[in-house]
This record gives sequence, C-alpha cells and structure tokens, in this order.
Amino acid sequence: MATFNITINGKEKTIEADPSTPLLWILRDHLKLVGTKYGCGISQCGACTVHFNGSAVRSCQLPISSAANNEITTIEGLSENGDHPVQQAWLEIDVPQCGYCQAGQIMSASALLKRNPSPSDKEIENAMDGNICRCGTYTRIKAAIKKASNSEIA
Amino acid sequence: MTKIKTGIGRRSFIKSVSVAGGGLIIGFNWMACKGPAEEGSEELAMQMPDEWFELNGYLKIGDNGIVTIYSPNPEIGQNVKTSMPMIVAEELDVDWNNVVVEQAPLNTEVFTRQLAGGSQSIRQGWESLRTAGATARQMLLIAAAKQWEVPVSELSVENGVITHKGSDKTIGYGEIAKAAAQVEVPEEVELKDNDNFKIIGTSRKNVDAKKIVTGQPLYGLDTYKDGMLIAMIVQPPAFGMEFKTMDDEKVKEMPGIKDVFTIDTYPEDMEKEWSDVAAFSKLVVVVGETTWQVMQAKKALNVEWDLNPELTKEIEILEKSAGMDDASGLESTDIHATLMADVGSKQSEVVRKDGDPEKAFKNAARVIERSYTCPFLAHNCMEPMNFFADVSGGKAELLGPIQTPEYAEKSINKRLGLELEDIDVQMTRMGGGFGRRLYGHFLVEAAVISEKMGKPIKLVYSREDDMTNGVYRPAYHVTYRAALDANNKLTAFHVNAGGIPESPLFANRFPAGAIDNYLAESWTLNSNISVGAFRAPRSNFIAGAEQSFLDELAEEMGQDPIQFRLDMLDRAKKDPVGEENDYDAARYAGVLKLARDKSGWDKGNSSLSRGVSAYYCHNSYVAQILDMSIEGNEPLIDKVTCAVDCGIVVNPDAAKNMVEGGTIDGIGHALYSEMTFKDGKPQQSNFDTYKLIRHKQAPKKIDVHFVDNGIDPTGLGEPPFPPVQGALANALYKATGKRFYRQPFINELQTIDTELKT
Ligand code: FES
Ligand code: FES
Repeated sequence: MATFNITINGKEKTIEADPSTPLLWILRDHLKLVGTKYGCGISQCGACTVHFNGSAVRSCQLPISSAANNEITTIEGLSENGDHPVQQAWLEIDVPQCGYCQAGQIMSASALLKRNPSPSDKEIENAMDGNICRCGTYTRIKAAIKKASNSEIA
Repeated sequence: MTKIKTGIGRRSFIKSVSVAGGGLIIGFNWMACKGPAEEGSEELAMQMPDEWFELNGYLKIGDNGIVTIYSPNPEIGQNVKTSMPMIVAEELDVDWNNVVVEQAPLNTEVFTRQLAGGSQSIRQGWESLRTAGATARQMLLIAAAKQWEVPVSELSVENGVITHKGSDKTIGYGEIAKAAAQVEVPEEVELKDNDNFKIIGTSRKNVDAKKIVTGQPLYGLDTYKDGMLIAMIVQPPAFGMEFKTMDDEKVKEMPGIKDVFTIDTYPEDMEKEWSDVAAFSKLVVVVGETTWQVMQAKKALNVEWDLNPELTKEIEILEKSAGMDDASGLESTDIHATLMADVGSKQSEVVRKDGDPEKAFKNAARVIERSYTCPFLAHNCMEPMNFFADVSGGKAELLGPIQTPEYAEKSINKRLGLELEDIDVQMTRMGGGFGRRLYGHFLVEAAVISEKMGKPIKLVYSREDDMTNGVYRPAYHVTYRAALDANNKLTAFHVNAGGIPESPLFANRFPAGAIDNYLAESWTLNSNISVGAFRAPRSNFIAGAEQSFLDELAEEMGQDPIQFRLDMLDRAKKDPVGEENDYDAARYAGVLKLARDKSGWDKGNSSLSRGVSAYYCHNSYVAQILDMSIEGNEPLIDKVTCAVDCGIVVNPDAAKNMVEGGTIDGIGHALYSEMTFKDGKPQQSNFDTYKLIRHKQAPKKIDVHFVDNGIDPTGLGEPPFPPVQGALANALYKATGKRFYRQPFINELQTIDTELKT
C-alpha cells in the first residue's frame, strides 16, 4: 500500500492503494467513478479510455503509480452538463445500443478532435480502431464524430 | 378501432394507489430518463408531482400531468426501454415530452413475459402494452365524464388533455388522475387504428442516452453498496476437468483478501430451470475488498484439477468411433471437424421428405454438393458477466444484468430454499446480451457466495473468465445437394445438417415448399462444452450457408441470383409443396425486391463485388445486398443495403440502429470470430486472440429500408444478423473468384492472398 495524489476531473484526490493497481480500478472501486468501463483489462477494447494530460489512454494499463501527479479526465468530467460537442453529437445521432462501450468511444473521439479538429475518414478509423463496439454502432460513431468535427459533409 | 378485452387480470391493477411525491423515485435521475433529452427538460424537472396515482401496473400519473411508464422487459441494447413505453404512451394519448420511463421491477402478476430473447419483446408485448395505455385512458375519460356529468362519447383527448365537445371544457390528466384511480377497470377498451398513431412510427431518442454519454451508473458492474465485497471465480482450465485440491493458505494472507473456498452452484439433486446452464458447477471463489486485489489473489492461487471421468468417457467413445487411437475425451476443434464430416452426417434422421428425392438424385444429369461449417462462438458481451447479491436473514436481494429474471427467481428459490416473495430480482441495463444472459448461473453463483459470506457481494467475471466460461454458440456443419436434370432444371434438394451438440436445421423454412423433391435430415454429436442461444440461434449459421449454396446453384444454372430466388418463392406462393412451410413467400419476395430496387442491382456496379442474401427468422424477413472490394489482403465493405419486413416499426431510427448493428455483427462473426479448443481448453481468452470486428472493418455505409405494411410488429433484434453472412460470402466470391465454405472466412481469405502473392 502507498499513498498517491492524483487530479481527476480537476479535483485533487488522495488514494491509498497498491502501486500496481490500474487507474481503471482506482476510478471504479475507490472513487466510484463508474463511467470508465472494464472490458478486457489488456488494452484491447478501449472501454476504459480516459484522458491523461489530454491524450486518450487505456486506464486498465496505467498503474496508479504512473498516473499520480498527472491530470486525468474521465467521461464524468468531459463536460459540466453533458454538453461537450462530442456528447451532443452522440445524442443527436442516437448512437448507443447497449451503451457499454460508448464512454470509451467518446473519450477516444474527443481526444482525436482536440488534436485534429477535421479528421478524414481514414484518420477517424485509425484513431478509433482500438475501441470495440460489440453491438456494432460503428457507422453511427463515425457519423457522430463527423458531426462534432469541422469536417462535416453532407 | 379494435375492441379488446382488457383481461390483464384484475390483480394487475393496483387500485387507488397514491404515492407521496418522490417516495417511489429515490435514486432516480429525472433528467436522464425523461422522454426526449431535449430543451425544456430542466423546466420539467422543477415540476415533480406532489402525488402519483397508479392507474395500473404499467403506469402512474402525477397530479401535474407527468406520466411514469414502466418498461417491463430487460434492456440489452435492443432499445425496448424506449419502444415499449412508446406503445403505452400511444394508447394513453399523452405527450411524450411528459413521459418519464422507469425499468419495471420483476412482477409476474402484472407483466406477462419479462424476458429478453427470441426477438419477442415488442411482438408479445404489443397487445398488453396497448391495452394498458388504452385502459388507463378510458378510466381517465370515465372520471372526467362523471365530473362534468356528460357521456364519455362526447369527450376527446389530445396530449393528455381531455376536451368536452359541447362545452369546450378541458381538463388535464394530472387533474383527473386521482378520480380516475377510483374508477372501476373497464371490461373492454378500444385500441386505436394504425392511421391514428402519433407516437408509434415516429423516431424517439433512447431514454437512457444522456446517462450513457455522461457515464452515469446504469449497468450491473456499476453497483457499489455499503459493506459490499468483490467475489471472483476460478474455474477448471478445460471442459472435461474438475476441481481436485488447492493450496490457498498464502493467498488468504494477501492484502484485502477475505476468504477462498469452493462452491457447487448446481448440486445434482437440485431441480433446475432451463436457464440453469453453466460451463462448470464446481468453482473456486476468491472474495476480497477490491477487484484488483482479488484478481491478484486469483493469479497467486494454486489449484489442481483432474479429469472428470464421467464427462470424458462418452467423448472418448465418440472419438474412438471416428478411428482415433489417442482419444482422450478432451475435445479439440480439429477432432470436431472430423467428427462432424465423417460421423455426424452418417447418423442422421429424416425430418422432412417431399416427393421422391432419392429417385430424382438417381436420375439427375448433374448433382451439386457443398458443405459448410462454422466454429463455436463466445457471446463476448462488452460488460462481462456479473451480479450483486445480498442474501441474509432469509431474504435475497439480487441486482444485475439478466435476460431471464423470472427464471432466475425460481432458480434461487430452488437453490437456496427461500420463498419467492423473499427473493427480489432487479434488472439493470445490460452491456449486451446476445443470448448469453439468458443463462443465469452467475446470479445463482453470486447468491450462493453471498449466503456463504453472510455479506453483500458483487460477483465479477474477468474478460478471461467470461470468454472461457461460456455458454457458446455450437459448432455446426451442413451439406447441401441439388439435383439438376439435362435441361439444367432443379429437380431435387437435400439438406443434411447437424452440430455439436445441436442441429441448425429448420426443415420447414425456404426452400422447403418450393421444390417437389425435398429431403431434410438432422443429426447431433455429444459434447462437454456448454452451449446455448446466441443471437438468432441456428439461423445464425444455416442462413448464410443456405444462401451461399443458392447463390452457387443460381450460377450453375446460369440465372440471376435474385430472380432465381424470386422464381422459387413464386412457386412456393402459388403452388406450395407440403403444408408445414412456416414462411410467407410473398413477404419473403417483398424484401428481396425492395433490396434489389434500393441497391440498384439491375444497374450493376463495375468497381465493386456484390452479393445478395435473404432470410426469414423470428417472424421477420430481411434481404441484404453487400458491396465490397479487397484491398491488399483485407476485405473492405463499402455498403450494405438492407430491406426489412418486421411489420409496424415502432421507433424507426432506433430500429435502423438495430439493423445496422445486426448487419455489422453478422459480418464480423462470419469473417473474423471463432472459439477453438485444444484438449478441452478454450484457445481464445481475450480480445488479443479472439477477433471481433472493429471500426476499420465495418461497412462504410448501411442503408436500411422497411416494408410499410401495417402488420403487427414482429422480431427485429435477431433477423438482420443471419442473412448478411450469405451476402458476404457471395460478394467474397465475386471479389476473389473463390467460394467460402468455412467460417470465419478470414482464415481462407488469407490463404488465398498468400497464393496470389507467391
Ligand atoms: S478495459 Fe482497458 S482496453 Fe479494454
Ligand atoms: S453499444 Fe453495446 S458495445 Fe457499443
């Protein structure tokens, strides 16, 4: 056990945990921030995606020891009232089916748009390929990203 | 208008129940569940009613006109939590903006079929949902008529406001709800004509969407309660093995670990429900404070496993019958393939026979024979299996993702000996179902663990546990034969289908009924591998195989694949062979024609390879046309055109979403996914080795078209899944010049590419 200081959604948190504990389980078990999902635990599905100093990372692979003293944003902190353009686009296109993967998809998409506000189809596919949607909402996800981006085409 | 007996049962109407404002809605997020998550909702949130009046088990009305509608069935992503309340709201004649949706509790006295499976939620709920809405509406009208002392026939309703024709007096539902709750439940009510639908047939947004995109707790795995511990299981490494002994001393000392023990989920003397299917009954359980601690303890645990002679003996005999000397009774995929091709198909039973197929085959100028196979599949719901259980003081509280809550309650009753009224099963939104959560062993496991610990626990499956402790889609094999005469006319058709351990045959489906001489045979082989329903059971393989064979047949006969099918359907419609045919040939042909027209089939498209397929299952008809190309060694799917006949479409945009998802899911599994076994051991345990379709591999575009025929709704969750596999195989043939007979197609596709390259 060790003590770690971590900034999550702009708030300082102090956490007691084994240093190897992945950020995913810190968020879920310790902080009850359950929007970040567990899907595979081995960096293959993207359900656990969060922003680490602004970039999309898989929180299942990020031990708390490495996450400490950095800025973490989770789906709960992406916007105040669910009004981030990506969230809005998701609502407009009514993307989710079961919805379980969607927080991870949204975190990957919002990191992509921050870095590249007008991604091409190929760039979207490349950025999103690590996020599995078992329900198959891929075409809607792409449409929503386009909607939220500057490159919306008819 | 249709008159309908209300008959939901008197007991289902809880008369005159008024609930103090807020009393029933603790922990309920008004904003996120409110009908459309749009403007005005904040304003609405201010208007919590002071009092609720329950008119029947499906709905209650607040004194301010807000209506809560309970969605009875489990939500697995098929969006019934939106569409079922829409049907109630339609007959109630209420403004959807004033509707709040809540997941109903398990209540077999009020609701008829609280189950997510067989694409039946809307089809089977259609009448009772409408009746519930219409009955409440009638009670509100009766109450208003009484208050104004006018006949009910002089009243009309729009958007929850009742108007009296003669006097132009109006009253809102909220104002009359209290009086309506006292009204005798009418014996008979009128349902609307389809033409008068205002909500059904219009697109309404997913009522949980806001919660989903903001990461609010919704799923079973999101459950955290005071004093709750985390439990995980350790299972045998292979099918055919069982627990022998373990060394848990050090593990019990690990940080956060509370206990390590074994359980027997389904003792032999327990009377099981059909849903009590599990890969392994005897499991090792580790309980601790946090998920990560328990995961670490699992890794450190030393368990010894043994062959289970009872399980392996039968398989050993089977393997020896195939001439294998080294039979071990532990199953392997390569052995399965041999067994299916050489043993199974030779021990088949005739299920249907029309005319004289033997003679037709004997006299044939040409016989075309092709065999198709598919592997076991894991469901891989994105949310792994899990359940919360608190069993103490003779009561059980269970909360989590389950497609069969009614059966789960009975299983707990039998397993723990608790009375049904002391068992409370609550449904969470599910991170996928696909049939996997029909089998509630994880719920029983959770209850047994909680009882043993005397504490609330949440059972959590890791992805590896979930994938290797499956209730898999069986492996199937089918051989088709067609007899052609000297004029290249089809004279007989033979299907011989089987699997491990069930057969995918539907003997009475197309092309049965379209051919004079027809023979359908079926067989099965034993296995220790646990299997169950997987999205569109059996159809999920046989549709693709059949539609690939018909494509090849059409080519051999020099016919257009769509016209070939239409001609056969025409025969089945005008002069059907046999009386057992369980499809409607005209609706079948209808979707084929619609897909043909919408895709521009007749115009052709030189740059892309195109395949067609059509199938009937779960009372609905789907045709798909798939356009693709091959780039490097990767299949690139450009577009899928889908034509769907599922009767009335309740929520069109959500229905489209379902068809898009089913299409992608069907393509993904046929192309990429397989669960293989070696000596009983699953060879894939996570998404590094088990391939699921991803963004890059998904079709660029999916066009969905519904047949508008006003027929009562039929299934939609499953029907788009099976046929697209045939359209894919047929397009792959056009793209590569090779026919694909074995799923997942990617395996063969890669060998073709190697050949081309070398
Ligand atoms: S849970 Fe982290 S990538 Fe799957
Ligand atoms: S919506 Fe179900 S996994 Fe993506």
